[in-house]
Amino acid sequence: MPQDFDLNQFKATYFEECRELLDTAEEQLGVLQVQLDDVDIETLHAVFRCVHSIKGGAGAFNFTTLISFSHVLETTLDLLREGRVDLSSDLVDCLIRANDVLGILVHYAQNEEEIAADIWQNIAHELEILSGQKPTEIAPQETQKATSSLIASLSDYNLSADEEEEQGWGLFLENISPGLDGDGAVEKDDQGWGLFADEEPQINDSAEITSDKPHYRIRFVPEPHLLQFANEPLLLARELNTLGHCHGVADLSRLPPLNEIAPDVAYLSWTFDLYTDHDLVDIEEVFEFVIDDCVLEIERVQDSAKDVAEDKLLTRPSTEKTIHKPDDTPEKSLAQTKPVSPSPTTPDQPVVAKHEGKKSNNDTVNTTTPAVSSIRVDLDRVDRLVNMVGELVITQSMLKQQADELANNAGLRMTQGFEELNARTRELQESVMAIRMQPVKSVFARMPRLVRELSSKLGKKVDLITAGEMTEVDKTVIEQLMDPLTHMIRNSVDHAIEMPQDRLAAGKPERATIQLRAEHKSGRIHIEVIDDGRGIDREAVKAKAREKGLIAPDEDLDDDELDNLIFAPGFSTAQSVSDVSGRGVGMDVVRRNIVSLGGRISVFSTPGKGARFVMSLPLTLAVLDGMIVKCGSEKYIIALTSIIESIHPLKEELKSLMNGDVLVSVRGEYIPVVNLHRLFNIKGAVTDPAEGLVVIVETERYGYVGILVDELLGQQQVVIKSLEENYDPIAGIAAATIMGNGKIALILDVDGLAEMEHGAEKRRKHAKLQQQIFLSGE
Amino acid sequence: MSSPYNYLMPQHAQGRDVQQDNDDDTRQYISFTIGKEEYGVDIMAVREIKAWTDTTHLPNTPDFMRGVLNLRGVVVPIFDLRCRFGMGLTEATKMHVVIIMQVGHRLVGMLVDAVSDILSIADNIIQEMPKMDLNIDDEYLTGLVTVNEKLVALLNTELLFNQQSIEDGVMLGQAATGGK
Repeated sequence: MPQDFDLNQFKATYFEECRELLDTAEEQLGVLQVQLDDVDIETLHAVFRCVHSIKGGAGAFNFTTLISFSHVLETTLDLLREGRVDLSSDLVDCLIRANDVLGILVHYAQNEEEIAADIWQNIAHELEILSGQKPTEIAPQETQKATSSLIASLSDYNLSADEEEEQGWGLFLENISPGLDGDGAVEKDDQGWGLFADEEPQINDSAEITSDKPHYRIRFVPEPHLLQFANEPLLLARELNTLGHCHGVADLSRLPPLNEIAPDVAYLSWTFDLYTDHDLVDIEEVFEFVIDDCVLEIERVQDSAKDVAEDKLLTRPSTEKTIHKPDDTPEKSLAQTKPVSPSPTTPDQPVVAKHEGKKSNNDTVNTTTPAVSSIRVDLDRVDRLVNMVGELVITQSMLKQQADELANNAGLRMTQGFEELNARTRELQESVMAIRMQPVKSVFARMPRLVRELSSKLGKKVDLITAGEMTEVDKTVIEQLMDPLTHMIRNSVDHAIEMPQDRLAAGKPERATIQLRAEHKSGRIHIEVIDDGRGIDREAVKAKAREKGLIAPDEDLDDDELDNLIFAPGFSTAQSVSDVSGRGVGMDVVRRNIVSLGGRISVFSTPGKGARFVMSLPLTLAVLDGMIVKCGSEKYIIALTSIIESIHPLKEELKSLMNGDVLVSVRGEYIPVVNLHRLFNIKGAVTDPAEGLVVIVETERYGYVGILVDELLGQQQVVIKSLEENYDPIAGIAAATIMGNGKIALILDVDGLAEMEHGAEKRRKHAKLQQQIFLSGE
Repeated sequence: MSSPYNYLMPQHAQGRDVQQDNDDDTRQYISFTIGKEEYGVDIMAVREIKAWTDTTHLPNTPDFMRGVLNLRGVVVPIFDLRCRFGMGLTEATKMHVVIIMQVGHRLVGMLVDAVSDILSIADNIIQEMPKMDLNIDDEYLTGLVTVNEKLVALLNTELLFNQQSIEDGVMLGQAATGGK
């Protein structure tokens, strides 16, 4: 392997992959645990592949500890899938922990830190015992033996030529030949060589390498005038050489006697034998500039490959060769080259091969379509693109506004043009936003483990059922979802789910279920956590709330309000404070996190039957549909999702309270009015709700609140810009955006406004009280 | 987005050469005026100079906070330096200038009357701040320097705007708890 290229770049890719692989492995191990009795061999394969890929990469970068440990893990998995060891719950448990350790080792390798041997040796040893690789009686001298056994396995690992070869090359397996990765048993040397072909054109012992590569025979006959167009066959030959192993034979037959040679006439022609993983298209590209000035024949040769690697290809059905007879039309031959590339497995692992057989059939069908279905893109780039499109949307609406201002000459065609542009930009924006959309699976996938660990710790029996994992939501939202969801699941397991005997006594099944579902609902994502536990104990909640002074002693709340008290700060009804949860910050933090994302959370509980937590979140944090409102000389934006309705209240629907508060009656319900102009000190705004417009919005803490504005100006999709990036947060303002005229408009934070109004009310009360005291003192 | 360095770049690059030829301790400053007083800021912190345009007012902020500006998609707060120094609000016109600066991780704009010059000033000719009556607390000043018989006060923007945010916090607190 050449050393001169930038290894770090590959390392970065490797670690990125490792993380994904570890996640996948964990997910699959979770599946294994569930299907203990009826193990699907595919699951084992999947785990094996993950571990194997990690090991392969570790080999390439020489992370010795990682290699040793993953080897032990791999061996265990291999024994399992060959059916030589039976899967037990202990073993799976151990595998899961081993996977964690593997993650730690990867982490250490990434940070280039020293690894303490005891982190992994114990578990490696445990694995070996459980999988029967080591007799149990050695247990007393555990660590020592583990070390030696590892060293032993390491050295035998190094000795085995087959594996040696796959080291390092397996790493990029996914990237280069995705067709293979679904195929666990393909571990032979056909993996991934293509990657370094660029850097390594001169492979001397080509027999091994070329054996599995498609072989192309290229006949290149330049027209005599080729050289006059400043083309140089040598460069082409060099270029070909970069594609793979290339062998050229020159045809001198056209060469005239020396005295007749003209220096600018091409006499020679060549026949190249090229072994490459590249497509025909790539090869043709080499000749792109000379294609009109030469005769070029490229054909795919099947037979000659057989000579070099007969043993490898023996299993290939002979019929296949005839199907893939060279064809003149490039398109056709291109299409035909595809199915061959995942070369059939050598059945030297009989147990596995049986399962593979079925699978690879499917694969062959699938791989006829382009195998690469996704690419890995730096998030920064996507963000830049998203920003860019945001700017475009702004520019577009700016342009439209300017055109509208042109007196009368914006004719019909221009208007149509703008409509078109508008539709396109919106579409563009949507597709760009879709790039950042990811399934919530990445968050959901971590929950089974959480439940497993917690329930075993607490001695409860809980099943987690997830649904709608593929529901997509913006990456930024996903990142923020992890903590609240973890908290909620934790709470459910710890507080809501009863002990098995209690459940049985209550006539419920011994095993509790927690359901985790996600779905799209009216432009938002709804996530529900449903448990069949004891539900919220309203009496306890009430008592606690009174004790903590959250509600007045005589205050009576309905069931719903009581249930939602659990979101109040510093509230916890758990009898004992466990290390699982119960510090009383849980649900409060959950609510705050959700609200800060522009989401809502509520709980529906049936005592004795269970509780249902419903979260509703925006799909993205980058754009929102907003209503532009005017207040005095200022324009603000209110998120459309929080607006319930807007009303012109009649005089008699308004009630002024003693403390200066104004309530508006909407169909018999009194809703407090937020005086925006007063909170923001805006001059020239409408101050009488009867003359202005009251926008009823839904807030998290204060329910429905009416915001008094002058008028509504219209609805627009806006790109959210952070205000805090360059300035401090401002009460009542959620963010900023840029309007069509290039000016900035502020997006109102309705909860913040309600809070400000609430605070103002309190102060007024307070002032009044002071006054009363003062007066009575007088 | 285009580079924030745009048209300042050539001068800046030129400045580099000069610096290397002369003294390592020479720095370049952009000087600007507020009324009759002249101030200077380190050119390395200046990202852009642009004419005053209307800003969007932010509610419940101090007077010298003139609102926010759209700088190619970035929301940039603009501070009225005259008002900040206690000399009253600037009656901003198109002739007034906003200096966009990088302060820490933030981009902020300073509204000033006019930009006057680019000064190369050796560190050793910068005088300590004498205790005297200027319209500004001396903690924001790094020093004084006389250029062409004019007195230029060099500003420490980090301090100026950090203090800034502290005060904003106080103001906000007041707004939230009682101040109207």
